Parts: sequence; C-alpha cells; structure tokens
Amino acid sequence: MKQNYIHVPSVKTPQIDRQVVLPFLKSLEISFKNLQVRFFRSLITTMSLVLAVSFLSFVNVSTDVANSLLNTHDISIRQALIRSGYDVSPEDTSVGSSPKQRWIVILSLLVCVVGIVNAQLMAVTERFREIGTMKCLGALDRFILRLFLIEAGMQGLAGASIGAFAGGFFSLLNAFLSFGPIAIATVAWKEIALSVFLAIVIGCSLSLLGVLYPAILAAKMQPVEAMRAEY
Amino acid sequence: MPFTRKIVRVSKVTKTFQLGKVEVQALKGVDLEIAAGNYISIMGPSGSGKSTLFNMIGGLDKPTSGKVFIDEVDIAQLDAYELAWLRCRKIGYIFQTFNIIQVMTALENVTLPMIFAGMSNDAAVEKGIQLLKLVGLGDRFQHKPFELSGGQQQRVAVARALANDPAIILADEPTGNLDLTTGAEIITLLKRLSQERQVTVISATHDIKMLNVSDQVVWIRDGRIEKIEDREELSISVGQVDIKG
Repeated sequence: MKQNYIHVPSVKTPQIDRQVVLPFLKSLEISFKNLQVRFFRSLITTMSLVLAVSFLSFVNVSTDVANSLLNTHDISIRQALIRSGYDVSPEDTSVGSSPKQRWIVILSLLVCVVGIVNAQLMAVTERFREIGTMKCLGALDRFILRLFLIEAGMQGLAGASIGAFAGGFFSLLNAFLSFGPIAIATVAWKEIALSVFLAIVIGCSLSLLGVLYPAILAAKMQPVEAMRAEY
Repeated sequence: MPFTRKIVRVSKVTKTFQLGKVEVQALKGVDLEIAAGNYISIMGPSGSGKSTLFNMIGGLDKPTSGKVFIDEVDIAQLDAYELAWLRCRKIGYIFQTFNIIQVMTALENVTLPMIFAGMSNDAAVEKGIQLLKLVGLGDRFQHKPFELSGGQQQRVAVARALANDPAIILADEPTGNLDLTTGAEIITLLKRLSQERQVTVISATHDIKMLNVSDQVVWIRDGRIEKIEDREELSISVGQVDIKG
C-alpha cells in the first residue's frame, strides 16, 4: 500500500469519509453464504483435506497408542506389537513412525495441497465475474483476498476437524481390535489429544496454503478483465 | 448555453492493445467533455472503440496516452485505494449482462456498495429497500437473482448503481440482453432517474431507442469521434425514431 495519498483538490470531504471498508463480520457472512451456495464444490475441496488429515491423524494416534502399550513393560504386549508390524528391538522404550510411513504421510499431504490449489483455481475462474463486479462496486484487493482466505479457513477447520477425529477414532478402534481392551485402558489421552490437535492445525494451514495462490490471482485481477470474461 | 460543470473530460486519449504480435490502436486521440446532469449516449459499430472509451471513463482501464478527468480529477494519478473509492462513491455501473452477484439476494446486492462505503447495516438495508421501491421492485427484495427476470435483474442493477448517490452512472449496453419492451422500460427508468436525481448517465449502446432520451449523442467510428450531436440536431438528422414502450 502506498502511504502518500495524492491530494485530490475537488474532493473536499475529510480523509475519514474516503474510506472503503468491509467489516469483518460482513466478510464472514459473505464467505459463509458462498460456501452454502456452492456446497458441493466446497465439499470436494474439503473431502481431500478430510482424507489427508485423517491419514495423518491415524498414523500419529497409532504411534501414541503403541508407545503407551510399550510403557506397560509387558513381554506379551511387546510380542503382540512386534507381530502387528512395529519395529521394537529389546532395548527400545518407545516406537517412532518409520521413515517410510512418514514419507507416505508427507506425500499424501502434498497431493492434498495440489488438489486444493486445483479446486480453488476452478472456483476463482467460476467467480471471475462476481469478483470483477465487486471490484467495480469499490472492493479493494484485500477484500477479495480476505473473502477467499476466510472461506478456506472455514473449509480447513471443518475438513481438518472431521479428518483428525475420524483418523483418531479409527486408530483407536484398530488398536482395540488388535490388542484388546488393554489398548484403550493404557491410552495416554493427553498425547492423543495433542496428536489430533496437531493434525487439525496442519490441515488448516494446508487449506490456507492451497488457497493462497488462487486468492492472490483473484485479488490482483483488473475489474475490466473480469467484465470481459465470458462465463 | 449556460456554464455547466464538466463531470467528465477526456483529453487526447489513445489506447493501444497488444494482440499477440499485432498492435491494435483502439482509440486514436479522443477529446470529449460531458456536462453534469446530462444523458449521454455513445454510439458506434462494434470494434469502433466504444467499449474502450467507455472503460476509460469508468476508470476500469488506463489510457496509453492522454488524460481522463472525472470531476476534474485525473484518474491516472489515483492509487488503487483512491480508485476503489471513486468506483464506490462517484460512479455507478450497469452492465449488459446485469452482473448481479448470484449468491446474494436483490437487497444484499444493493446494500453491498453501501457497506463498502462504510454505512451501517441498518441504514444500508433501509436505503436499499427505498431504492428497490424506486426502481419498481418493492416487493421482491428477498429474491435471489435466478428468481428474477432479465428486466428485474437489470432493475436491481440500476438500484445498486444508485446506492451511494453517484455523480455518474455508466451503462454498458444496458438493454443489450433485454427484449424491446423491457429495454424501453429500463431506458425510461434511467431517464427519469437522471432527471430526478441530477445524475449524469453515460451509456454505450447500439439501441436506437436510446437516442430518444439522450441529451447528447457521441458517434464513434474507427477510434475517433465522428460527431457529437445535441438533442435538437438529433431529431432532424434521425427523423422519426419515436419508439415509446
């Protein structure tokens, strides 16, 4: 933003009257309506996030469960863990996720971001005219940017929350089925809550990261280009 | 002729577009002055530079050379923020394709520019209802655009253009997507508003019905102004084009 406002002689109104504003609550309202109206489109964007985040959450919670099982120092449980595929050598006191597992998680998150960018670019193209109209009505670049970021934030929060809880739930279910009730009894809930929370935060950030480029593209658009677009 | 304020002044404007490797000069030096409160039609065949000139006046596009003054302010000198303010407060836009924001109701469409201008929500809603009544949509303000006919959508657009009491209304082929009768209704509405509210209406058009209500007609051909006719001369040269809705 330029700091030096050029003096405009014929406009005698004081500076305060020359503002162009979009209150935060109003942008929240507009974004929410946009999501409502384009429910299925936003559902697709959200679904890719749900899947990726639930995978992340599943892996992390499973590791938490395995760790708390290991901390029981019970030989038979240690055997059960090894049987179900964890690399536990006799001197280990904790299990980490294997490098391969980490790679798969990172890859799935990357794929998810690419999917979000793709879906959001489509959404921007679809809304060229709407964005241009808003700009003709006096919207600033940052209003448009803010609308897209709020929408992505809401999608991110919803998608990541559903994904994180679903992943956590299925991980616990899986542990219960393979190790029996003891898996649930020994669970360190604090660790699991932390894993789920982390998954939600990562999911939200991914959603915002994915929308950044499309949103900047939309915000930078000249209103006349938007008017020309034939959709 | 008494002295009137020049709301728009276009001075030696040229505009060149780069189409691939070819340079196309859409405007080849246009000078134009528009007095406040008038109803102006810009006429010309497609490809004549009509839309380009129109976009310049609306601050939607910047000239390659020359200057455009709106209310004696050179719009090339404005930064993004001031340009947004100009679009919000000084100019109301009406488009051929209506461009009502689809996800919002008629009333929300009309109140949006007022929200941008910093008006409180209640005041904006009250004024929005007033404006919709003014354009004859008093009972349909909760309707979504797809529940409205083309003519009704254009009425919403007119109400939206009037939201911040602009000095200029720019209408780009406002009747282009409407049938004869509805088009005539919109033209009558624009004329009435321009007289009642002293708004300068500038419309780019092919529509011969527009000539009837125009105070001045600017003919554009091949990137230049061919002639500017006042209302009196017009009735002689055009003769009988009396189409009343």
